Amino acid sequence: MSRKNKRLVLILSIVCLLLVFVPLFALRGADFGGSDDQGSETVSEVTGKSYTPWTVPVLEKLLGGEVPSEMETLFFCIQTAIGTGILFFFLGRMYERKKLGRNNSDL
Amino acid sequence: MTKKQKQIILLSACLALPLGIGTNSGAMHIMEGYLPLGYCVIWGVLCVPFVLAGYFSIRRRLKENRRSITLLAMAGAFIFIISSLKIPSVTGSCSHMTGTGLGAILFGPASVGILGIIVLLFQAILLAHGGLTTLGANTFSMAIAGPFVSYSIYALCRKLKVSRNVSVFLSASIGDLFTYCVTSFQLALAYPSESGGIQASFLKFLGVFAPTQLPLAVLEGVLTVIIMIALESFAVKELKEIGYLKKEEAADEQEK
Repeated sequence: MSRKNKRLVLILSIVCLLLVFVPLFALRGADFGGSDDQGSETVSEVTGKSYTPWTVPVLEKLLGGEVPSEMETLFFCIQTAIGTGILFFFLGRMYERKKLGRNNSDL
Repeated sequence: MTKKQKQIILLSACLALPLGIGTNSGAMHIMEGYLPLGYCVIWGVLCVPFVLAGYFSIRRRLKENRRSITLLAMAGAFIFIISSLKIPSVTGSCSHMTGTGLGAILFGPASVGILGIIVLLFQAILLAHGGLTTLGANTFSMAIAGPFVSYSIYALCRKLKVSRNVSVFLSASIGDLFTYCVTSFQLALAYPSESGGIQASFLKFLGVFAPTQLPLAVLEGVLTVIIMIALESFAVKELKEIGYLKKEEAADEQEK
């Protein structure tokens, strides 16, 4: 990675952190609900009557109720973990390949 | 693409076309049960030709060179990561990004349809996020409409000789925003406002999604640029193989 790119990545990473954490601290006390849920609320607002979904998610049907929030967090983490694992496993191998000076060999 | 594959795509497109007329629109992560059955079916059928095209495009690419599966997996993994992160936004609510820009730039918009559907299925089944009935609508907005816009913007920027990083940034962030525009439109179609009709309802939904999504679109653009810089530094060979980097450009990259 060239020096220029290194600096760019550093700056961009800081921008990312700011984008995530500034709202968190600037808006103390906001509940940070999901905008997908807000969309659903707007459905009720627009149609003028409260809307009842005509079906519920598969997992909720199987469980006979809402998925516990801790479990939902777990599933989200699993999703992130799968993605991160695959992405950085390959990136690590590519990094090593460059380090060993074998740019043109297959992974 | 073989002749037979073309025919299959054409056939499914013909079947989808009558449904598409008058309902050209899009959506992102509409919750289970929030879209009337008719719309679920329409959006589902509209997705079929794109998903088929994506399947054939991926199959052809892998046949040409099995090793491109590495980058394909990485693009898919990127969507997995990005779409699982709920980020707080300036409006005091959370939303998440799509992550489809990277795949669209590397492999073209059609292939992303397949990657996106995997993520949406995962979220619909395990997370009660999105839904199986709204899968068609959500696929259309996140895995088809967004990536197509991303891809077009990237192609346009490159043609205008905009620098690579800026092109990637614009392409990923505008694709992300467009996904939510399509979602708003899909919801508006299904729930036209009593006074103002579809248009008023569209603006209303857009008003809910857009302010939250704007900073996230910037974030998505920035993240995509970072991962692209990493790939350009370490995966020159793979990028050359899928045709992202031209031969001579690749030579420059390696000298750095």
